[in-house]
Amino acid sequence: MNLQATTGAVRQRLGGWSPRHELIGLVGVVERNLYLVKRYVWWEIAFFIWTVANTLTIVFIARGIEATGGTIDVNRAAASLLIGAVIWAYLGIIFEILTETVAWERWEGTIEYTFMAPLSRPVHLFGMGAFALLYGMVRAVLLFSLCLFFFDLSIPGADFAAALVVLAVASVSFVGLGIMTAVLPLISPEKGSQLGFIAQGLLLVVSGVYYPVDVLPGWMQAIAVVSPATYALDGIRDAILEGEPLGAMGDEIWPLAVIGLVAIPLGLAVFRRGERYAKQHGKLKRSG
Amino acid sequence: MSSSLSSIPSPDGPFEDVPALDVADLRKVFRRGARTGGRFSARRQVAALDGVSFTVQRGETVAVLGQNGSGKSTLVRVLSTLLLPDGGSASVFGHDVLGEAAAVRRLVNRVSVEASFFKRMSASENLSYAARFHGLTAGQTRDSIPDILQRVGFPRDRRSEPMENLSRGMQQKVALARALLTAPVLLLLDEPTTGLDPRSKREVQAFIREMRATHDATILLCTHDLAEAEVLADRVGVLDRGRLLVLDRVTELNRRYGADTLEDAFFAATGREFAEETDPDDDREVFA
Ligand SMILES: Nc1ncnc2c1ncn2[C@@H]1O[C@H](COP(=O)(O)OP(=O)(O)OP(=O)(O)O)[C@@H](O)[C@H]1O
Ligand SMILES: [Mg+2]
Repeated sequence: MNLQATTGAVRQRLGGWSPRHELIGLVGVVERNLYLVKRYVWWEIAFFIWTVANTLTIVFIARGIEATGGTIDVNRAAASLLIGAVIWAYLGIIFEILTETVAWERWEGTIEYTFMAPLSRPVHLFGMGAFALLYGMVRAVLLFSLCLFFFDLSIPGADFAAALVVLAVASVSFVGLGIMTAVLPLISPEKGSQLGFIAQGLLLVVSGVYYPVDVLPGWMQAIAVVSPATYALDGIRDAILEGEPLGAMGDEIWPLAVIGLVAIPLGLAVFRRGERYAKQHGKLKRSG
Repeated sequence: MSSSLSSIPSPDGPFEDVPALDVADLRKVFRRGARTGGRFSARRQVAALDGVSFTVQRGETVAVLGQNGSGKSTLVRVLSTLLLPDGGSASVFGHDVLGEAAAVRRLVNRVSVEASFFKRMSASENLSYAARFHGLTAGQTRDSIPDILQRVGFPRDRRSEPMENLSRGMQQKVALARALLTAPVLLLLDEPTTGLDPRSKREVQAFIREMRATHDATILLCTHDLAEAEVLADRVGVLDRGRLLVLDRVTELNRRYGADTLEDAFFAATGREFAEETDPDDDREVFA
């Protein structure tokens, strides 16, 4: 046996891993999720139709109020509801991609191979986050445009660029939260993803997706203060409905930046603990 | 990474003496959920690994035999950093599986009894993203994936077909390809040929031999196939209820147990005949 050659191979392996390799791994995560979208394209389309139907239902509420005798500015209310529904769908996609991919990997058994690979966990998770953002953005823009067209809403003076910047900053926190829920399928393989929906539902009720946060009881408003969705919705509504420029968005950008800076390391720490728990109790394996 | 680099001494230093695999008093206990009702309502503990110690030299192939539930897969999972041991230590080329998991992951790959792939994705797609997780670029895998698939005898015209259409044997070949693609210096094989037809089994075995000859890979092979162990391995070990009873050359094993064949030696070592075999999972409960 050629020991010299083995030694060379081992040294090369250990010395050869660099940030460049992490980047290649990150590309691999995005590549994998693109393959999955491609292979399940009919499901993706069906899911999108569901989202559109859901969003339309919510925006119709504005017309419904007027039709039943209420007095509101229908156009404005509809646009506000639409923004809420689209941001909600976007957040849902991010959570879903992060959590479901882990659940799916565990179901197929590939999670053992992913966790055995040299790719570091943060980069692996950021790869999933990057894909989720890209994919979520595409869907959000499509959904928004489609509904705008459907209801023939007019939003003169909307600052879409400012809205996108707010959404981008908020996305950092969304990914951080998504990483936290992504660990659930490792701890509870059967019901983990459903627990993720509960977390998402709690965010929905406190963050003022369809109504101003002021209407909530005091204790709920206190939770709204730490929810990134609250600021994202505020900022995006200001930008699109009032045409506020990015410069006037400090009230939203700063809290979002701070929450993001906390959410990412917290998410990674939670995931690390969950992964450790799974490896301690043999939760990664499916069979064999 | 610089930390792992600096921990490798010069090629002609003491590193030459570091075995490929060094396992000392390795322990792993699983807790099982409560059995509802009856007298087994307490939480039960199963010692899947109960003080296993052995070393494997570089370039060596060691086979581990053992009945169902004897702890073979648990051993492989601990060595591939998927399970955290409860006690003892294990190191791969001098790198501890607990403390230096990142270094170990760069040296190891594994083929297990279950192929584990995204079933809708094709063989090429599954291999492609997996290779990325090991730092291989698209440029590097463009040629190596078709090449390695051809070498394991995977038909060219089925590379782009969803893996759910492939037979188990075909899937297993792709699993082998996935491990070989990353040219691991330590290859962990957990029943790689279980469920394959005689011809496929031969092909896979021939490939394992080739792997060993051309890549100087060190191989740990867990199997139920005594003939396979005999033809592939330099030494054969018998794991029984989490304990490694013996690890030696086949001729030595036969001599020690006064047996003519490895099969006789195996039964002599495990002290039970087919007829007496009870459910091994129930045999070794520790009530806690
Ligand atoms: N993740 C797990 N959770 C709980 N118990 C486990 C887990 N993995 C293994 N065990 C238990 O540990 C023991 C050893 O299992 P292991 O899978 O290592 O056996 P094996 O030798 O690979 O068996 P087989 O030949 O059937 O593959 C068994 O009693 C098994 O039930
Ligand atoms: Mg097994």
